[in-house]
Amino acid sequence: MRDDVLSGGFADTPVEAARAFRAALEAMARPGSIHRVEGARAPAPVSEAAAVLLLTLCDRETPLYLAPGHDVAPVRDWVAFHIGAPLVGASEAMFALGGWQALAPLDAYRIGTPDYPDRAVTLIAELVNLAPEGARLSGPGIRETARLSLPEVAAFQRNHHLFPLGWDAFFTCGDRLAALPRTSVVEAG
Amino acid sequence: MSVTEIGTEARRGWMGLLARAPAARLAGVFDPLGATPGFEWLRTPETGGVMVRGRTGGTGAPFNMGEMTVTRCALRLETGEVGHAYVQGRDKAHAERAALVDALMQGPRAPELREAVLAPLAEAEAAARRGRAARAAATKVDFFTMVRGEG
Repeated sequence: MRDDVLSGGFADTPVEAARAFRAALEAMARPGSIHRVEGARAPAPVSEAAAVLLLTLCDRETPLYLAPGHDVAPVRDWVAFHIGAPLVGASEAMFALGGWQALAPLDAYRIGTPDYPDRAVTLIAELVNLAPEGARLSGPGIRETARLSLPEVAAFQRNHHLFPLGWDAFFTCGDRLAALPRTSVVEAG
Repeated sequence: MSVTEIGTEARRGWMGLLARAPAARLAGVFDPLGATPGFEWLRTPETGGVMVRGRTGGTGAPFNMGEMTVTRCALRLETGEVGHAYVQGRDKAHAERAALVDALMQGPRAPELREAVLAPLAEAEAAARRGRAARAAATKVDFFTMVRGEG
C-alpha cells in the first residue's frame, strides 16, 4: 500500500469532525450557502472538501459509490484505510462521489420509499466552479431566494417533483462546499 | 525493507505479542531504550469494541464469543516505516509504544529491539503460561492412582 494512501485523515478527529459536521449541517439547512472546511487530504482527484465530507459522513455502514474518474486505486485504498465504507454500485449506495457528469444517470440511485424517504442517496458532486450565482433557489431554509452555480437545472427540478422522495446533493470545489436538498425549488437564473 | 521481505508471519507474531503484553511491562522494556524516534500520526489512538469470534475445536462453525475493548493506532516514522497497533484495553500510550515497536522492527534497529523488547516480553508471556498450566496441573486428577479398595 502506498504511503500517501495512509495519510490525510483528521489530525484531531473529534474536533475537526464536529466542525465539518456543523458545516455540512448548515449547508444542507441553508441551501445555496457556501462553507469552508479543512483538515483532510485524499488522493487526486478528490477535493479537500469532498475528503472532509467522506470522513465526517461515511463509515463502514454507509455503502459508497465512486463514479468513474473517482474510482481509482489510490482513492479506493484511502477509503478502505480511513473510512472502511463498502464500495458498491450506484443502485445500492447511500453516498456517491464523483464529477457531476460522471454521476449520471441519476435515476440509477435510490430515492427512498414512501415509508422510509430517508433511505435515499446523498450525492457528493465535485464541481469546477462553485459560486453564489446562476440558478435561483427557493424553499425551506432560504430567505426569499438564493443563487448557486449548479451544473444544470432540469435534473434538480425533476428531483424536486419526486418529493418526499428524491436524493440530496452536496457540491464541493477545493475547500468549499454547498448543498441542495430535495426540498429546494430550482429555477434557471 | 518491505513488509513482504520481513514476512507476514513474523510480523503477526510480534504484533500479537505487543497486543497481549501488559501496558506496564511494555513500557518497562521500551522506555529504557531512550529517545523515541520522531513520527507522525496516520491514525491517532482510538478506542473501540471488536467482536471476538471463535470456532468450536478450531474447525467448527464460527460463533461470536464476546466483545472486547481494543485501542488501535497507526503512525509513520521520520525514516518512512509505517507501524500499526491493535492492543487490548483502552491505554493509548500502550498502543503508541506497540506501533513504534512495529515500525522500528521494519528498520535497521530490528535486532536491538528483538533483544531488548520482544525477547523479555515473550519470556514473560511464556512464564505466565507455564505458571497457569502448573496451577491447572495441580488440580488434575489421575484416575489410575485410585485404589479400588478391594484389599
